[in-house]
Amino acid sequence: MKNTEYMYVDGIPVAINGEKNMLQVIRKTGVKLPTFCYHTDLSIYGACRMCMVEDERGNLYTACSTPPRAGMSIKTNTARLRKYRKNILELLLANHCRDCTTCANNKSCKLQDLAVRFNIDGVRFPNRADDNKVTNSSASIVFDSGKCILCGDCVRTCHEVQNVGAIDFAFRGSKMLISTAFGKPLSETMCVGCGQCAVACPTGAITARSEIQKVWDAISNPSVKTVVQVAPAVRVALGNMVGIPEGKDVSGLIFAALRKMGFDEVFDTSFGADITVLEESKEFLERLKEGKRLPIITSCCPAWIQYCEKKHPELMENVSTCRSPMEMFASVIKEERQERGKKLFHVAVMPCTAKKFEAQREEFLGKDGSRNVDAVITTDELTHMLKEAGILLNEIDPEPVDHPYDNASGAAVIFGVTGGVTEAVLRNVVKDKSRSALMKLSNVGERGNEGLKIFELTTEDGVGLRIGVASGLANAEKLLGMLKNGEKFDIIEIMACPGGCVAGGGQPFVHADVRKTRGKGLYDTDRMLSIRHSESNASVQALYDRLLKGREHELLHVHYKKK
Amino acid sequence: MSAAIKTKAIKSRKDLQNLREAMTKAYTSQTSKIIVCGGTGCVAGGSLKIYENLKAQMENNGLNVEVSLEKEPHDNSIGLKKSGCHGFCEMGPLVRIEPQGWLYTKVKVDDCNEIVEKTIKKGECVDRLAYRIGDEIYRKQEEIPFYKQQIRVVLEHCGKIDADSINEYIAIGGYEAFEKALFDMQPDDIVSEISLSMLRGRGGGGFPTGKKWEQVRRAKGERKYIVCNGDEGDPGAFMDRSIMEGDPHRMLEGMMIAGVAVGAQEGYIYVRAEYPLAVRRLMNAIAQAEELGLLGDDIMGSGFSFRIYIAKGAGAFVCGEGSALTASIEGKRGFPRVKPPRTTENGLFDSPTVLNNVETFATVSQIISKGAKWYLSIGTPTSPGTKAFALTGNITNTGLIEVPMGTTLRKIIFDIGGGMRGDGEFKAVQIGGPSGACLTKDHLDLPLDFDTLKKIGAMIGSGGLVVMDSHTCMVEVARFFMHFTQNESCGKCVPCREGTKRMLEILERIVEGNGNEGDIELLEELSDTISNTALCGLGKSAPNPVVSTISNFREEYETHVYEKKCPAGQCQKLKKIYIDPLTCKGCSACSRKCPVGAISGKIKEPFSIDLTKCIRCGSCIATCKFNAIKEV
Repeated sequence: MKNTEYMYVDGIPVAINGEKNMLQVIRKTGVKLPTFCYHTDLSIYGACRMCMVEDERGNLYTACSTPPRAGMSIKTNTARLRKYRKNILELLLANHCRDCTTCANNKSCKLQDLAVRFNIDGVRFPNRADDNKVTNSSASIVFDSGKCILCGDCVRTCHEVQNVGAIDFAFRGSKMLISTAFGKPLSETMCVGCGQCAVACPTGAITARSEIQKVWDAISNPSVKTVVQVAPAVRVALGNMVGIPEGKDVSGLIFAALRKMGFDEVFDTSFGADITVLEESKEFLERLKEGKRLPIITSCCPAWIQYCEKKHPELMENVSTCRSPMEMFASVIKEERQERGKKLFHVAVMPCTAKKFEAQREEFLGKDGSRNVDAVITTDELTHMLKEAGILLNEIDPEPVDHPYDNASGAAVIFGVTGGVTEAVLRNVVKDKSRSALMKLSNVGERGNEGLKIFELTTEDGVGLRIGVASGLANAEKLLGMLKNGEKFDIIEIMACPGGCVAGGGQPFVHADVRKTRGKGLYDTDRMLSIRHSESNASVQALYDRLLKGREHELLHVHYKKK
Repeated sequence: MSAAIKTKAIKSRKDLQNLREAMTKAYTSQTSKIIVCGGTGCVAGGSLKIYENLKAQMENNGLNVEVSLEKEPHDNSIGLKKSGCHGFCEMGPLVRIEPQGWLYTKVKVDDCNEIVEKTIKKGECVDRLAYRIGDEIYRKQEEIPFYKQQIRVVLEHCGKIDADSINEYIAIGGYEAFEKALFDMQPDDIVSEISLSMLRGRGGGGFPTGKKWEQVRRAKGERKYIVCNGDEGDPGAFMDRSIMEGDPHRMLEGMMIAGVAVGAQEGYIYVRAEYPLAVRRLMNAIAQAEELGLLGDDIMGSGFSFRIYIAKGAGAFVCGEGSALTASIEGKRGFPRVKPPRTTENGLFDSPTVLNNVETFATVSQIISKGAKWYLSIGTPTSPGTKAFALTGNITNTGLIEVPMGTTLRKIIFDIGGGMRGDGEFKAVQIGGPSGACLTKDHLDLPLDFDTLKKIGAMIGSGGLVVMDSHTCMVEVARFFMHFTQNESCGKCVPCREGTKRMLEILERIVEGNGNEGDIELLEELSDTISNTALCGLGKSAPNPVVSTISNFREEYETHVYEKKCPAGQCQKLKKIYIDPLTCKGCSACSRKCPVGAISGKIKEPFSIDLTKCIRCGSCIATCKFNAIKEV
């Protein structure tokens, strides 16, 4: 057996267990070094210089980029280090918009946190923050360069995690800024609106484009009927705002809170997801029978749709024609929930910034030009609205959704996690729908937090299926590369955000381990539901009898226009 | 016309030796030569026109002019060459006459006729073009004090050979070292010879070259690269440019030897696009070497293949930093990255890479030819060899020089450089460009070598020497260099991006007379933070000019801050101009000359200056016949 190697952190021996950098070793000792540009999911950048540590000879190292060495002794909190860290913070603050009280990220800002932590009580330099540079051409996100600390987290996320590369650094030195190519509006770039840059941003420089005011206005307008749907992934992330653990399903509390806020009718997007499963299964089985347009590629994720349109337009014919659950449900609501004398205003609460763009797409406008979804707010935005309304999520009682869309299967709930759509469709495709059969289906390879999952499965009819599931667009790109290299796939599921919607661009930021917890929360709910597959959702079946028969194509499917 | 020497592709060692023999014969038989300096400085002074004019006049006079070596030598032929930089830029355009070894200085097109009539036809020296100090005349180049005290190793050929001719390079022993390395030495022998010579990188850091090569030789990797850093960006530095322009093949040879030593197959030269002449000469040199078979596959049947490419830099100073340079070659943004891993393990295209600067590569071939012992005999024990310096500023002889390591500043500035220009006294010298430090008269007798300079917080850098006299304001010098680094900071790390911006801000307000109490201390605090926490060498050394000027000239800073005065009288905004009412005759000449209408008064009564309007241009002082206007 190999002897364990140790290094000394503030005099205490710490075992080195394959950590790539000193930062990870130091974290094991209960010391949290300050960082801006360090992200476990991204490449090492080493630019903020906050995580510097000092060795016995007074040499300084950035802990994030230095591999631990056996026998090395470092200190994490010396007089010099404190001075340098304070100076760096002061320099950043001097160039930063300091209107914290009016910032969307007030109290959820790393710069603010560290300024408090290091007791910065004054800035000796004149403020040179860029205060007039707000870029808001995107339907999904807003960029305010006055709040940007140029840590590059967004740039690396866009390139490394999402393979999009819509933004990068431009210019040099103190003129450097985050920009699109040639400063084009974001809407004209490769940006897919996934919002992962906003999630990665440690300050309020990149934020989701807020639609809060629009929603309040509709709620307060007596001549408007407000209807809201809530996506599955929201329920396992929202509770954390009041200290409910991540991953705990708080759907009942959310429905109750939305009613308190003033929504006239409250629904669960899971209902829409059940319709999606039925439609997508039908489409898949047809394609399988004809042997045409395989693999079928999922269409729920609007950021993926944009990515496909922009980078792989030739694959659009493989993409399922199913609308996303939000849009399917929206067309149903628009058909059925109108009230005479009132204007219908439909809000969707989504874990997603790309949905804001999807809701604006011309394909989802009614004949009169009105939108099927009038406003999309993110989990973060709902959090803000609840705070504004003074609703304490942990002190209210849970309530169910409204009639008639009052059922949802477990299959629909797991749409919020990578592999969930695949599992839901498989549950519908197989004939044996017993509890144990469905349990077996959860172990074929679609579950798990890996970014790229490929597995094979034989149906009861003896048909062998090869399935690829990717989350994070860089992983999707790998999968599509395999497809283009001639590998055979029957089903491909792609979610733009790593881990699926639970880690969407509209969700509060969490590290990979918490993503897993949120996913587990959805699987727990699924297990607790009596309806496990979409076909057995009686309300959906009733809807088919009532409204959808013969109108499936008109209401549930879409052909995206060629760009 | 005579028959040309046949130059065919070299397929074996013997072919190269045969070619060398033929070329040496041709070269030595051509005794009469006119060498016109084709370095950037002299070209700017019109040397190309001089070359054309000489050529035309010589041909009109029926002289046998020979511009290339490939022609079989014949009687009465006079070689007319364009060389690289001769170094004595102050006196350019320069023309060297061989075999006499005369150097004509400040030559004009109008002088060509006399050169042809007197020198070429009669063999007489045109004395009025020779260099003089006072009444003393120095006809021969080697006798001129500027040259006499130099030892030219790297710059040996600059100014002597045709920079565009591979054959001329071969004629004087070029590619002999490469031949030796390729056929007579094992790669380990090459590395150990370089290690033994203790050659240290000439780009600034002084890292032992042998050690670097050893690391790359040992590093695992399918591909390895040799990269030459020709991104010379220090203000006032032009050593590397002169080598690339004047002796490109010697640099290529160094890279090729490095390729053999570490097992690399490709080399890149990263050269600034602002050096068009260097780019052209290098491209020409590479094309010639490829044509001859010295670059390419299976060179001379040895099994060794090597190619060299040129990557042009777009002008970012930071791209002189190793990892930013390799990123730039790869087509990425010129950002330095955190180390480890070092360039030797993970450099260009993520492969082990030897990255040396131009001067270092240009030194290699002689170490291989003459041996490490010879190299160790020059310079100091820990910094052997010579160093090229670009001498600029308030000095009599600006230009390119080369001296043994350990030479004192006094010798460089007063003996070679000819002392101060104008009436000013020596005040300081900025060594090592914007990353360097200001040395004062206390340092004049220190030997210039890597370790001595490091001890006093300075560095040789790439070798720029900017000499400053007593009329130079040291705060302004610090501001100038900080402005440069601030502009050239890549923007990646916080201390350099934000810190240099704030330092510049403070320096600007000090030279404008708005300095506050505590500003000097704040500068020191920021310097400490930046130099200890910045990501790359550029950032870490950015505060050096400020730190060294504060430590050597603190009282000058204090006078600016507390008395709002510039002791050197350089800071425009701190100048106060006044008209002495007792001397002023009220002639109004000054007020008519003033470009901003700041002077007013009644005729025959003393005039006065409105300092809020005055831009301190000094034209009034120059205009006043009665010396009534004074500056304080």
